[in-house]
Amino acid sequence: MELWYFILEVVLKNLVVISILMLFVAYLTLAERKFLGYLQVRLGPNRVGTWGLLQPIADGIKSFVKEDIIPNNADKPVYVIAPMISFVAALSMFAVIPFGQSVTLFGREIKLVIADVDIGILYIFAMGTLGEYGIVLGGWSSGNKYAILGALRAAAQMISYEVALGLIVIGTIILSGSLRLTEIVEAQRNVWFIVYQPFAFLLYIVAALAEINRTPFDMPASESELACGFNIEYSSMKFALFMIAEYAHLVTVAALTTTLFLGGWLGPVLPGPVWFILKTCGMIFIFIWIRGTYPRMRYDHIMKFGWKFLFPAALANVVITAFIVALR
Amino acid sequence: MDAIGFKFILFMITALVVIVSSVLMATRKNPIHSALWMIVTFFAMAIIYLLLNAQFIAVAQVMVYAGAIMMLILFVIMMVNMDKGNEEETTKASWSLGKKMAAALLMVILLVELLFGALFYRMTARVGDYPADAVAAAGNAKTVGALLYGQYLFPFEVASILLLIGIVGAVVIAKRNK
Repeated sequence: MELWYFILEVVLKNLVVISILMLFVAYLTLAERKFLGYLQVRLGPNRVGTWGLLQPIADGIKSFVKEDIIPNNADKPVYVIAPMISFVAALSMFAVIPFGQSVTLFGREIKLVIADVDIGILYIFAMGTLGEYGIVLGGWSSGNKYAILGALRAAAQMISYEVALGLIVIGTIILSGSLRLTEIVEAQRNVWFIVYQPFAFLLYIVAALAEINRTPFDMPASESELACGFNIEYSSMKFALFMIAEYAHLVTVAALTTTLFLGGWLGPVLPGPVWFILKTCGMIFIFIWIRGTYPRMRYDHIMKFGWKFLFPAALANVVITAFIVALR
Repeated sequence: MDAIGFKFILFMITALVVIVSSVLMATRKNPIHSALWMIVTFFAMAIIYLLLNAQFIAVAQVMVYAGAIMMLILFVIMMVNMDKGNEEETTKASWSLGKKMAAALLMVILLVELLFGALFYRMTARVGDYPADAVAAAGNAKTVGALLYGQYLFPFEVASILLLIGIVGAVVIAKRNK
């Protein structure tokens, strides 16, 4: 019986988290277009519903009913699987992020995280690298030169920034002494890690933006030179899957930043999940703000920046943090 | 269904996936498809590590092998082999008799080893130094870390020096062309 309760609990938690995440993703597209509009002194979407509130639904219906095109010289199985890889990886990343302390419901103690695993943060990185395959394979299998260029850029960018990203996070791992995300949050009960690691926080935002291929690092999809890059040949639901994966990844990165540096669900008065969502929304707003502020970087500048500044800076951060913790 | 039975079924499925995908990896003509099947193999291997309660090793497997190394391999294949579809000319001509003999010999050695292993090594019920419960109590990453930086410190450092030599070598080769 216990096993069945456990399975029921896991399935319910999954359903709740995925529905909330999907809702977030849907309205994130609207919020991004709206905020970008205001940042660029225009109105943004305002035709479907008041304040454009029905726009995500209209977009969803549109991508369902559009014709699904597979190019003639595409590698068909890979072409079909690629968006799925992106989508699955982006959704499964969220499984280890804690969004609240445990609550007691019907006499059972329920942790507000889908899987509280010992190596949570490594799991997120592992899933992140798998998600990148969707982009690389999607670009390659389209059989289009712009798409292949986008895929190559995505692969090179990922290899370069993944290293720095892993190193930056090590600072917080040293401070909390654990890879488990719930313990990392607990370690911030008195002081958030952004106070101890302000430099790492900034580096993390930069590396994370590169990891999720957003402006100013959106080389794989740069519209002005590659005409949308890796997803140029995709249409209909496959294109929508790529888009959903991209925004789900963005939400996950914002949630992870909250967990690592902003104290996760911790906060006074309000319940944990509310704090968690508020902080995540704040991070997402910063990401949109960055997109509205900075122009796209040149490709060789991105590579130089990644290897010659970000990587040494992350390494220095690890060494200094370890030194101070060892002295303490 | 109890947990052991569930784990056994999972193991059988993943083991089958590993075998099938590695055979497919070896037989594909398109190098990118080979690389993809190799990723599937690595991923299924990670699940087997998970079933053995080695979470850290499992995730390291996905991150390092299925993630970083395979991404590099894919990148190189895509760079070198931009137009897919004309790789068939090389496959037939390069299979000389000597290569066939060598492959057959390797296969025979592998089969003999398998047979030997199956016949002479029996599974014992002896519990090793790191049973699943003890590892789970101490924390998986902590156990691996303590072993790497304690008992196996010397091999670990030697391996890192080897990697450093590799990096220096790569830099030297890259600089020579300029």
